[in-house]
Amino acid sequence: MSSFNRPLLVSSSLIPPPTLCFDGVAFSHQDKVLLGPCSFTLDGTGPTLVMGPNGAGKSLLLRLAHGLLSPTQGQVAWSSVGRPRQAMVFQHPVLLRRSAVANLTHALAVNNVPRRTRTKLASDALERFGLTACSNTPARVLSGGEQQRLALARAWVLSPQVLFLDEPTSALDPAAIKAVEAAVREFHQRGTRIVMTTHDLHQARRLAGDVLFLSGGKVREHTPAEAFFDRPVSREAQAYIAGELVE
Amino acid sequence: MENNNAFYVALSLLLNLDTSLFQIVALSLQVSILAALIAAVLGFPLGAAVALWRFPGRGGMIVLLNALMGLPPVVAGLMVYLLLSRAGPLGEWGLLFTPGAMVIAQVVLVLPILAALSRQKVEELLGEYREQFVSLGMSRLRMMPTLLWDARFALLTILLAGFGRASAEVGAVMMVGGNIDGVTRVMTTAIVLETGKGNLPLALGLGIVLLMLVMLINAGVYLMGELTRRRTG
Amino acid sequence: MNKPIILALAGVTSVGLALNAYADDYITLASTTSTENSGLFDAILPQFEDASGIDVRVVAVGTGQAFEIARRGDADSLLVHDTEGEKRFVENGFASERADVMYNDFVLIGPADDPANISEAQGAAEAFAAIANAEAPFTSRGDDSGTNRAELRFWENAGVEPEGDWYRELGSGMGPTLNTAAAMDAYVMSDRATWVAFGNRQNLTLLFEGDEVLFNQYGSLLLSEEKHPHLKHELARQWHEWLISEDGQQAIANFKVDGQQLFFPNAK
Repeated sequence: MSSFNRPLLVSSSLIPPPTLCFDGVAFSHQDKVLLGPCSFTLDGTGPTLVMGPNGAGKSLLLRLAHGLLSPTQGQVAWSSVGRPRQAMVFQHPVLLRRSAVANLTHALAVNNVPRRTRTKLASDALERFGLTACSNTPARVLSGGEQQRLALARAWVLSPQVLFLDEPTSALDPAAIKAVEAAVREFHQRGTRIVMTTHDLHQARRLAGDVLFLSGGKVREHTPAEAFFDRPVSREAQAYIAGELVE
Repeated sequence: MENNNAFYVALSLLLNLDTSLFQIVALSLQVSILAALIAAVLGFPLGAAVALWRFPGRGGMIVLLNALMGLPPVVAGLMVYLLLSRAGPLGEWGLLFTPGAMVIAQVVLVLPILAALSRQKVEELLGEYREQFVSLGMSRLRMMPTLLWDARFALLTILLAGFGRASAEVGAVMMVGGNIDGVTRVMTTAIVLETGKGNLPLALGLGIVLLMLVMLINAGVYLMGELTRRRTG
Repeated sequence: MNKPIILALAGVTSVGLALNAYADDYITLASTTSTENSGLFDAILPQFEDASGIDVRVVAVGTGQAFEIARRGDADSLLVHDTEGEKRFVENGFASERADVMYNDFVLIGPADDPANISEAQGAAEAFAAIANAEAPFTSRGDDSGTNRAELRFWENAGVEPEGDWYRELGSGMGPTLNTAAAMDAYVMSDRATWVAFGNRQNLTLLFEGDEVLFNQYGSLLLSEEKHPHLKHELARQWHEWLISEDGQQAIANFKVDGQQLFFPNAK
């Protein structure tokens, strides 16, 4: 776990996004196979939206990709030399009991960014995500949308090459959803590889570059966005898009 | 009735600013505050460490820490006495019958409380934070100060509980301090002495003074906590 | 939170503690709770300190514990009231010498209505026998102290067994035992000094005294330099010799509570 993140050396927009490869990956818990075996490759620029009904294994897949869990079978591999710098935003933002800006400087400190540069990076990120007014407010007092933007700002200051998001807007109101999606686009423009789960079809249409569709713990499809929404190949995906209940 | 006498005695003790009372009170506070702080410096990281790392015997360690919260003060005093006695392993240090010995005995009493309760709190927080911390690239060692700081309000209450235990006990300080007049006599041992002499109003009066003191300290810490909480959430 | 304040507090208290405990010439004297509770030390120690500049720190515990403390080398001097035990202590090499210092006496205390009628007894043995025969409640210290051992000898000499519901062994010091006796309205044997200074008498009153067998001899012991070379033998010797000197003996005789002299100097 010690070399989980590389030091911040070069802006990620100058490096081609890394490729993620799942090779026969499966995850079991107490003799029950929850995911896989599945094999796929995420090359291309993304954003990759991971979709599927609840319980399909989307969150599990994300955690395996990010390294929070180890597969019980198979391998998760990156194309880059060594593990690329990554960040993750969760469905419910996890923030420390301190001010908004302190949450950002903490993340920078943990990644050995020198003290002098921390404040600048933090305030820039707060500005970018419209949180300057909340800078010294206790993070836990902020609204749901503000908290999620703060979590995104925290990911931003770390300049990740890959950003994982696990249903980041499912608990938010429309205005907040809009703000979060705008933030995701900013990351994408900066060159960060986005891998995001969602159960919102419309959100997927708005954001997806390609779609990874799961159901029942298996990957059913991996197709470019337009192709997926217009002509889904798998039976499960067709049912899902049609609004039917899928196992 | 004797109880009315006691309140009157307590009041007159305070109003007369009795110098020997002042000395006893000062020593009581010094010993218990110092013991609580030392136990915190040792105990909070210990509690956090047990929460963070898996190791063989971890379950046993948790049970042990929890059980030691109930260590009878007189037993702790006896153990420390045997250690510090001239006939014992640390006799060379010449600490017996000094306030230093009393602090040591109280650290022994308070440390398990602080460690056991902070472990519980840190484990709770870890459940909330673990994934995010791993995502940020934190090693378990790096998580420790962050978790302890995040838990600071709970830890303050735990610290007060430890201080309460220390300032209330008499068995340990009696054994290792010897209740020497002007040197190792504290409020609780003075109360025992006066009770033994049958001076019940005075003993109760001292008890009331002790209670008021502890309440004052708790009130002060509570206010401090509330003010900072409002500032930082 | 307020780290500097906490650190400052810790610093001040440590310095305070250090200064408190480690100044001046002093010796540690192991003695008994009954002696301390009587107030004798408060009266005579300042006089000794004025004369010698030595501060005497009294650790007052039960007789058994006092011997144990001295045996372990945790005290510089010993003053107790158990002549047989003291002599054994010297024989076993833990003390180099002992000297008679003073005596006080034991008295029998009981409920004002005196159900066992001991105030009429002709001697201590008769009084103890009366209590046993009447099976009147009696609280014993039961802590193997000098006082307790003396009490057990009195029962033996009276030819009775202290056994039964009426005989309550508490495992306590003299003061707490008196407290319990007052609460139970029971008979109790106390040293006069503790009784005179005792503030919680309730219905108890002094019922029997004066028999010579009730005299309670105190001895001061010089501890062995061989066994515990680290002790402050020179200072302890000054204390020991002052106790048996004219000045010390006079100081003991001058100590009175309610106009009564409690300790009678008898150094040879």
